[in-house]
Amino acid sequence: MESLYREHILDHYRHPRNQGTLDDADISYQLDNEVCGDVVRLDVRLRDGRVSEARFSGHGCVISTASASMLTEEILGKTVDELKALRDEDVFKMLGITLQPVRARCGLLPLRVLQGGLAHLEETS
Amino acid sequence: MALNPDFLRADFPILAREVNGKPLAYLDNAASTQHPRVVIEAVAEFYRAHYANVRRGIYTLSEEATAAYESARDKVAAFVHAPDRRGVVFTRNTTESINLVAYAWGRANVERGDRIVVTEMEHHSNLVPWQLLARQVGAELAFVSVTGDGVLDLESLDRLLEGPVRLVAFTHLSNVLGTLNPAQEIVARAHAAGALALVDAAQSVPRLPVDAGALDCDFLAFSGHKMCGPTGIGVLYGRPQLLEEMPPFLTGGGMIRRVGRTEASWDDLPWKFEAGTPAIAEAVGLGAAVDYLSAVGMDVLWAHEQALTAYALERLAEVPGVCVIGPPQPPPQAGGRLSQPSSHAGERSSVPPPHAGGRGGVIAFIVESIHPHDLAQVLDGEGVAIRAGLHCAQPLHERLGLMATARASVYLYNTRQEIDRLVEGIRTAQRLFLGG
Repeated sequence: MESLYREHILDHYRHPRNQGTLDDADISYQLDNEVCGDVVRLDVRLRDGRVSEARFSGHGCVISTASASMLTEEILGKTVDELKALRDEDVFKMLGITLQPVRARCGLLPLRVLQGGLAHLEETS
Repeated sequence: MALNPDFLRADFPILAREVNGKPLAYLDNAASTQHPRVVIEAVAEFYRAHYANVRRGIYTLSEEATAAYESARDKVAAFVHAPDRRGVVFTRNTTESINLVAYAWGRANVERGDRIVVTEMEHHSNLVPWQLLARQVGAELAFVSVTGDGVLDLESLDRLLEGPVRLVAFTHLSNVLGTLNPAQEIVARAHAAGALALVDAAQSVPRLPVDAGALDCDFLAFSGHKMCGPTGIGVLYGRPQLLEEMPPFLTGGGMIRRVGRTEASWDDLPWKFEAGTPAIAEAVGLGAAVDYLSAVGMDVLWAHEQALTAYALERLAEVPGVCVIGPPQPPPQAGGRLSQPSSHAGERSSVPPPHAGGRGGVIAFIVESIHPHDLAQVLDGEGVAIRAGLHCAQPLHERLGLMATARASVYLYNTRQEIDRLVEGIRTAQRLFLGG
């Protein structure tokens, strides 16, 4: 079972990439996981239609934190359409593990935040 | 007479299985408990040999099924010392029992400007129904505060009771803190203020002797699946006079006396509140669970739980970075007065009153720098099942400034060795996530 906590996941948990917030980001969105109280916020800055900077903040378990950390690296340079095309499977592939339904909610929370932010971006633009 | 869990464990088939290659240590009993063979067999035997619908069929099977269903009601009534079996309504679970009161009693009796009092330590099931009622009729929802030690501040209750209070709804034993609230005292104060009292006994009825008559509460709600019984069967005990005056909750078949084209009249209690085909086999299973627990003795069970809780608190205190939420100690009387041999059901005076001010075997804790989810995951790898998250008590977590907690909860079959494995598993998680 501890195989969930593979070295690359623990590495992202212990040394999270792109942790923090961005002022006047183009996408800024936050969600809670109501089951466990985890909170993830994503701030994304776009330049020439592509992600130029991404930051995450909040608090969560190893899986949601590592997933957020990896996602901020994964989306760099992607277009808005490419972000919209991201699927749950892409997150599982990124994490390199399969998650049971309850833990999948942790792992997918950062993607849900991104999707919420994209929907908001569409509404306001 | 002390309970020997090693002896009892053989009664529970599931406890023999392995999880992730390790013996199962099941420590999520506040969520749901496991089933002794006698309960599993009672349900199976009922389906094998006696099953039919109840209360309508004029044939042997239906009469047998009805007798079994109603006999389960009698067992449950005796188990919680309900003064009148007509007040014992079978529901699906505690949540449905409380919703029944919120809808049937609440909509008919609570008006704009009235106050409903709950506490800051309620499970969502004893909070959300009152939120909806309050919003719908324009009533005020007020909260008895919880101190930093995880006990109720009864002075804040007294202040709240000075208003137009219709109901005080509170948990008998907190599903997060383990706190055993002074239920008798709270009921008495509610009554003195002219309010009714509802006791959420989901955690207390499974764990200690509960006497609905002595508590003098107006409503008592609990679930079968937290006391060795099946899922899908719960209980509402209500004062029969109140239940008589209340309109029905769910309506349809089974709960009517006569139905015309545009109107209907209701059956007698308790059937007025049991619309549709009930959970018959589940009720029979709950009856078997009550027989099992009575044979063990609820006072013996409670004493075992108190001793195991004291041991767990002691062991957890040894681990650096572990912080237990809730009252620090079980009551000092544990193992004394409450550990007398079991009394026979019906001899009410011989049931010791639950000691208030202490705690039961529901132990929420946090481990510094480790998210409860990750802790639970690592423990699962060791075969140890605990709960992680908000435990359906988000306002309480917010009140205590906690994001989430881990929760270990014990029952009659748990052992000191399982507590040792919990502690060892926490250390394993600390090595994995924190190094060293």
